Amino acid sequence: MSEHANGSAAMARESRRKLPNIAELMRPSGRGMQVTLITIVAVAIAVGLSMILVSATGGSPIDAAKALYTGSVADVAAWSETLKAAAPLLLVALGACISNRAGVFNIGQEGQLLLGAAAGAYVALHLALPGPIVVLLSLLAGAAAGGIWSGASAVMNYTRGVNIVVSTLLMSFIAIQVVSFSVSVPWLLQAPRASADSIASPESAQLPEAVRLMGFGQYPNLEIGGGLVIALILTIVLAVLLGRSRWGFRLNMLGLNPMAARHAGVRASYLGGSALFLSGAFAGLAGAVILSGSVFRLQPALSNNFGWDGLLVALIARSRPIAAIPVALLFGALRSGSSFLASTGVPNYLVDVVQSLLVLAFVVPPVLARVRSRGRAEATTPPSEPVPAATTEPEKVTA
Amino acid sequence: MGTEEITTILSSTLRLTAPLAFAACGEYLAERAGTQNISVEGMMLGGAFGSVAVASATGSATTGLLAGAIVGLVVGWLHGNLSHRVQINTFVVGLVLNALVLGLTSFLIAISQFDAHQTAQLSIPGLRDVPILGSFFEQRWPMYTLLLIVPLTWWLVERSRWGLNLRAVADNPQAADVTGLKVNKLRRQALLYCGVLSGLGGAYLATAEVGTFNANMTAGRGFIVIAAVIFGAWRLKGTLIGCLVFGFADALRLALPALGFQLNSQLLVAAPYLMALLAMMLFASKSREPRALGKPFVRGIT
Repeated sequence: MSEHANGSAAMARESRRKLPNIAELMRPSGRGMQVTLITIVAVAIAVGLSMILVSATGGSPIDAAKALYTGSVADVAAWSETLKAAAPLLLVALGACISNRAGVFNIGQEGQLLLGAAAGAYVALHLALPGPIVVLLSLLAGAAAGGIWSGASAVMNYTRGVNIVVSTLLMSFIAIQVVSFSVSVPWLLQAPRASADSIASPESAQLPEAVRLMGFGQYPNLEIGGGLVIALILTIVLAVLLGRSRWGFRLNMLGLNPMAARHAGVRASYLGGSALFLSGAFAGLAGAVILSGSVFRLQPALSNNFGWDGLLVALIARSRPIAAIPVALLFGALRSGSSFLASTGVPNYLVDVVQSLLVLAFVVPPVLARVRSRGRAEATTPPSEPVPAATTEPEKVTA
Repeated sequence: MGTEEITTILSSTLRLTAPLAFAACGEYLAERAGTQNISVEGMMLGGAFGSVAVASATGSATTGLLAGAIVGLVVGWLHGNLSHRVQINTFVVGLVLNALVLGLTSFLIAISQFDAHQTAQLSIPGLRDVPILGSFFEQRWPMYTLLLIVPLTWWLVERSRWGLNLRAVADNPQAADVTGLKVNKLRRQALLYCGVLSGLGGAYLATAEVGTFNANMTAGRGFIVIAAVIFGAWRLKGTLIGCLVFGFADALRLALPALGFQLNSQLLVAAPYLMALLAMMLFASKSREPRALGKPFVRGIT
């Protein structure tokens, strides 16, 4: 190993080869045409498999596709639903972009989102301030709660060496119980009973009109929620920060090559920890947006897989905020379209299958191309020579 | 609390622990080979669905159990190929496979009807009349296969040549590669074993205990299994104790209200996860886990 350790470039190359981590597969892979072609084929296969699944189980793929279309983009009302679902997905995905880039893989968004919604509900229901201020504070509280929840995982990791993937996952199950508890006791968030002898339901009171997130424009039926506007603004801010700022550069460096980052003076515990905190904060914000933008009531089922799906969005978008916009729209469309599936006799769980197949269709090709080209490089170069960096990872931090 | 209540709690602890124990043996082996496999949940759920579907079609719960193991094997095969051949990040693979199996099984169960089939109860005469401990000897028969699977898993990991190779691959894949071991192939094999046992765990849950399949019926048990392995600090004994603890917490949650105790049910549900986190923080950190756990192996210079 020592003969290669002269110069940071060789060092960088070595440790990259040792730890091809999550951030690496998030980056655009550069073999543009090849990857695009395989991806198109893979997406076609994914769609084909889904259609085969529908027809094999006695449904009509054409009807199912029509229903998905009608429910998602056929008219302005459907578009409104699509946009409404896309906003939290995009927010969760943005957070995942940050943590994935730093090489810390947060998979507890579902719990962070729920806790964000709970904190948002608490602030919205208990603060007696002018409406817009309450909305703002409730969103901030949601972000803070989500961030603290994932931050706990960061603390556990950097002080005690607890695996981040596992701890964020476990924390997410705890969060579900915390929220379920908070809506089952009257002194926290449970809605007061309607009458003395009615059974109290496990949900919070409804948010009053004044403390809901206002929508922008009520163009003939087309509703653009405040959440979407927030998400889009944050996307642009984040895209600039990740692409242009020193913070974004260091984040990428940490994710692509922790060893080189350490040599360059990046402190993994601070940078990685704050990346994890931010990703949780985005998930929490998404929860608060769902709460004050569409559901208006804290319910244990409020998260409704938004956390998981948001993470899938980030995976497809390869941790690029701008790319997450169309993917979030696609997932939002699938979500809103799924409500129309039932009328065709095709269970709306089909959408979950389609989504996971799509993720595979987008994630596999670039990795496959990289593995294949590495195989070729290994076959052609003499074994003593390291594989040229350009073939393993063409687009680098030097850009 | 009389002996009857204790017997009830003990017996339901056993029933709730068994599916975890099956899957935990598999996950333990997979992790000792260096894969942090989060698709156990999907393997269990797929196994549960496959077992009920086949049991309904053939009318035999035993065939169902086998089919469940095969479905688990298929998920394990997919995981192995995607993470150790195509080399996608193993957590991403696990995540996607979980989502895929959940969606697929929920989709299929929504449009199909299955008859209920349950494996037979096997009680051991004489022993089942022993007070309190008698419940150990009156269980569905697949539970007794654990008496074979647990020692087999231990022997495979600790005593067989294959297990030695697995452990080498998990601790130092580069060195193992130099000695001629096929790192990624061994890891794929471990995942197949994990798939069979996790599928069996899910099938046990569906065909031995519940009798039918409901959407998302494993409800996070696969993740509990991962927690149990961590809780047990990557030792088989500890892993099984972890499963027992989680099974006991689950049994308490079900039994306490009936006994008139008012304990917070949310706290009891969260308790296993809290304990797993605590265990990881206290003693299962870096020192005990396989050194290359969760890290993909790419052939080349280090």
